[in-house]
Amino acid sequence: MRVAESIEVSAPPEVVWKVISDPTRYLHFLSGFTRWEVVSDEPGGCGARYKMLMRVGSAEVGGLIEVVEWVPNRELAWTSITGIDQRGRWRLRERPRDDGTVCTWVELRLTAGVAGSGLFGWLAEQFAAPTVRGHLRRSLQQLKRQVEHEELRARAAARRRARAAASS
Amino acid sequence: MEATAAEAARTNGRPPEEEARDQSNLVTRLVRGVASQLQRRIPAADLDERDPDYIRENLPAAWLLSSLYFRGEVRGLGNIPEDGPVLLVGNHSGGNVTPDTTVFTLAYCAYFGVERPFYQLAHNLVLSMPGLSFLRKYGTVAASPANAQKALSAGAALLVYPGGDWEVHRPTLDRNRVDFNRRKGFIRLALEHDVPLVPVVSIGGQETALFLSRGDRLARLFGLDRMFRLKVLPISLALPWGLNIGDMLGHIPLPAKITIEVLPPIYLREEFGPEPDLDEVYDHVTRLMQDTLDAMAAERRLPVLG
Repeated sequence: MRVAESIEVSAPPEVVWKVISDPTRYLHFLSGFTRWEVVSDEPGGCGARYKMLMRVGSAEVGGLIEVVEWVPNRELAWTSITGIDQRGRWRLRERPRDDGTVCTWVELRLTAGVAGSGLFGWLAEQFAAPTVRGHLRRSLQQLKRQVEHEELRARAAARRRARAAASS
Repeated sequence: MEATAAEAARTNGRPPEEEARDQSNLVTRLVRGVASQLQRRIPAADLDERDPDYIRENLPAAWLLSSLYFRGEVRGLGNIPEDGPVLLVGNHSGGNVTPDTTVFTLAYCAYFGVERPFYQLAHNLVLSMPGLSFLRKYGTVAASPANAQKALSAGAALLVYPGGDWEVHRPTLDRNRVDFNRRKGFIRLALEHDVPLVPVVSIGGQETALFLSRGDRLARLFGLDRMFRLKVLPISLALPWGLNIGDMLGHIPLPAKITIEVLPPIYLREEFGPEPDLDEVYDHVTRLMQDTLDAMAAERRLPVLG
């Protein structure tokens, strides 16, 4: 099963990266995920390990994963160590807008399955794919809402600070 | 007089009572022979037969069965301690085809990973049935104190169903009742190994067929208890047989929704003192499970559909 969903977030890539590179924030915006826990000494960077689980049908599937690609503001990829076979990837790309601002195109990919599971494995993937796709889509929408909301609050705070500085 | 003479001739001159006793002995010997053959077929406990790769490769098939057919829902797996030995105590349902075990095993293996050792105790007859040897690869071992001790000593999670054949064949009318038949071996086991006891409550299994009676009197009449450790000779209406007596060949379960809830662990010595009273613990565990089962039954709107 290979599922990919994307969304455009009205914020620069650095702001989106701040959220997706912080594993403690994952459960606040990931939909259908029941666990995302740091199990390595380092919470981020290549080699960081997490225990993750996603509810699909009657089971919570996932396992231990390890970050294998960490390019700030651009790419974050992981692969499974235990549990089902999986590879996941965040891709961030800056997109200029006509009004001179920039936004970020965010893609979340997940490739998952069980090697050697034969016909039943293929069938299970076909039945599970719509659920996983729904989880990814909702996760991206929640990420967008969270990032844009924080961005708005940050801008408002900056304006307030500027006004306060001007009046004093 | 002629009839008596004919009878005597047919029985080689022996009285009919003696002949009847001989026939009865013959039946008893025959049944005992079958019983000993079956006992011989029961594999010795070998925890090494559990095969994580086999389980992993078969997870998708179990997922399809559990998610699509039984619409399984397992809650509270996070209550199971992350590592170390643990005794999972479940109520058992569904006759000889036990969907609650399938749903729970899938959920457990997906949650903790197939790498974490996990064993289940099953009735001796289940493991000696032809075609069910694959269960041993899932970590199913014959129910005996020795096997349970081996599994817990190896630091594994062990799933036991104290109610066993008594509970699994209870009538469908009693489907929402936890009935361990006052069996307390699981408490002794948890105390002996000083492991946490985690209750696992399931609902829906007893709706996979219409279970009419345990047939415990029939079982006693035929001496099944002494020969096969069978307390019951269940009578049910089940697919594809219609009237199903004994359920020895299993049946096709109706697609009843299976819901399972895992409760927080009970640390017996912490909660009941250094020498816990078995009756007190038994009453506590079964009451806790019954309360949970009642709450789950209240959630259920329709039989089978859930």
